[in-house]
Amino acid sequence: MRGKTKILAPAVLVSVLVVLWWAAVAVSETIIVPTPWRVVLGIVELARQGTLLDHIAASLFRVGSGYLLAAALAIPLGIFMGWFHGLFAALNPLTQILRPISPIAWIPLAIIWFGVGNMAPIFLIFLSSFFPIVLETTAGVHTIERQYIRAAQNFGVGGAALFRQVVVPAALPHIIVGMRISLGVAWLVVVAAEMIALKSGLGYLIIDSRNAGNRYDLVVAGMAIIGVIGLVLDNAMRRLERLKEVRWKYGR
Amino acid sequence: MAAKIAVRNLWKIYPTPDGPLSVLEGIDFTVAEGEFVAVVGPSGCGKTTLLNIVAGFEPGDRGAVAVDAVPVSGPSRKGIVISQQGSVFPWLTVRRNLMFGLDGLPRQEKRRLADHYAELVGLKGFEEAFPYQTSGGMLKRVEVARALVVKPEILYMDEPFAALDALTRVRMRLELLRILAQEKHTVLLVTHDVEEAIHLADRILILSSRPASIRSILKVPFAQPRKLTSPEFIELKEQILRELGV
Repeated sequence: MRGKTKILAPAVLVSVLVVLWWAAVAVSETIIVPTPWRVVLGIVELARQGTLLDHIAASLFRVGSGYLLAAALAIPLGIFMGWFHGLFAALNPLTQILRPISPIAWIPLAIIWFGVGNMAPIFLIFLSSFFPIVLETTAGVHTIERQYIRAAQNFGVGGAALFRQVVVPAALPHIIVGMRISLGVAWLVVVAAEMIALKSGLGYLIIDSRNAGNRYDLVVAGMAIIGVIGLVLDNAMRRLERLKEVRWKYGR
Repeated sequence: MAAKIAVRNLWKIYPTPDGPLSVLEGIDFTVAEGEFVAVVGPSGCGKTTLLNIVAGFEPGDRGAVAVDAVPVSGPSRKGIVISQQGSVFPWLTVRRNLMFGLDGLPRQEKRRLADHYAELVGLKGFEEAFPYQTSGGMLKRVEVARALVVKPEILYMDEPFAALDALTRVRMRLELLRILAQEKHTVLLVTHDVEEAIHLADRILILSSRPASIRSILKVPFAQPRKLTSPEFIELKEQILRELGV
């Protein structure tokens, strides 16, 4: 697809949806659902008050901490689980049991363990990011083609050097996919986690705007900002997939 | 003079759910220093297994394999394998691939050697390219250069050019001969391509179908450069094909 179409087509689609939204509000004469324009005014209002950036920063801080902590533990664990069959046999069933439990289900326990500060949402983000990265990293190691390992052995490369020079770079395309998936999930979860008794963050903004006077313009404003930041984060991760060191795995 | 590679009464039997599967039965041959020996046989006969055992990637079940009179106990830099699938690392540039086996040398020296061998195999100007940006023929050159750069004494080649198109295949053979004239490696080549074997080898080992045993060993009596279309060449090719039951 050409560069222009890549930007133009989605921009046209979003514009059409905004127009439909506007028309629907006008025709139905609803006083609850805001028009797009009132949402824009809401964002401007939040920006003027100076609270918007605080909310965004709070959410990004929680996602950043939980996500990076998860990656720091999940990548090495996934590498070793992929390489050592015994470790995989021991840990994989546990991973598969914990993985389908939605992070939201952990909220009550998280509050008991960590209270209502930053730690509870960071813990939830950590949980949600951890498993996709472990699974993809393990799969990445499992699918390393045998001839690469053999070539390394042939050149006398073993031990830690084998991991550093062959296993990790060969699994890197999978690791990056895992990191992209889990960043998406982490961002999804932060909003839900912040809806519980915190005083900052985009999730808090949404719940607070409804509770404090049914400000649905601000509710939708919060939703829109979450969506846009999600898009930006995903794009940043996709940039990693275009690195020459990993492109071989994704096809041309 | 002791043989460079000595294979003595080598047997290989794989256990399978249907009972033991005999793959190699009493293989016995030697390769002299600097000699080029080709092993031909019907596909699936156990040629690759033989090469894997000699190169140290699999143990044999009975018999002995020695390189320089030392029993083979595992892969080593003394003999580098070049295989059909190829093992050029796709996450490294051509230059980084060539530097892979040179750990321990100063960076400057690694780079110098890598660039020297890149030029030798005709990859000059492609040092910074990633494998996915190159062609199948170039990838094979990278693999050959990566093997040569560590100065192995032996090249183990397992259907090295089988995945290439006919023209590139012949071109790669000529390149290989040109390089061998300079570097004088001992080569053990496994192939199902009889023409390739006659074109390249000093001697040819003909294997029977599985379980493989040696049907015959014959010397290729032509000097290089060999003319693929000469009557003697074609006569020898037909003789070998007859032995293979074609």
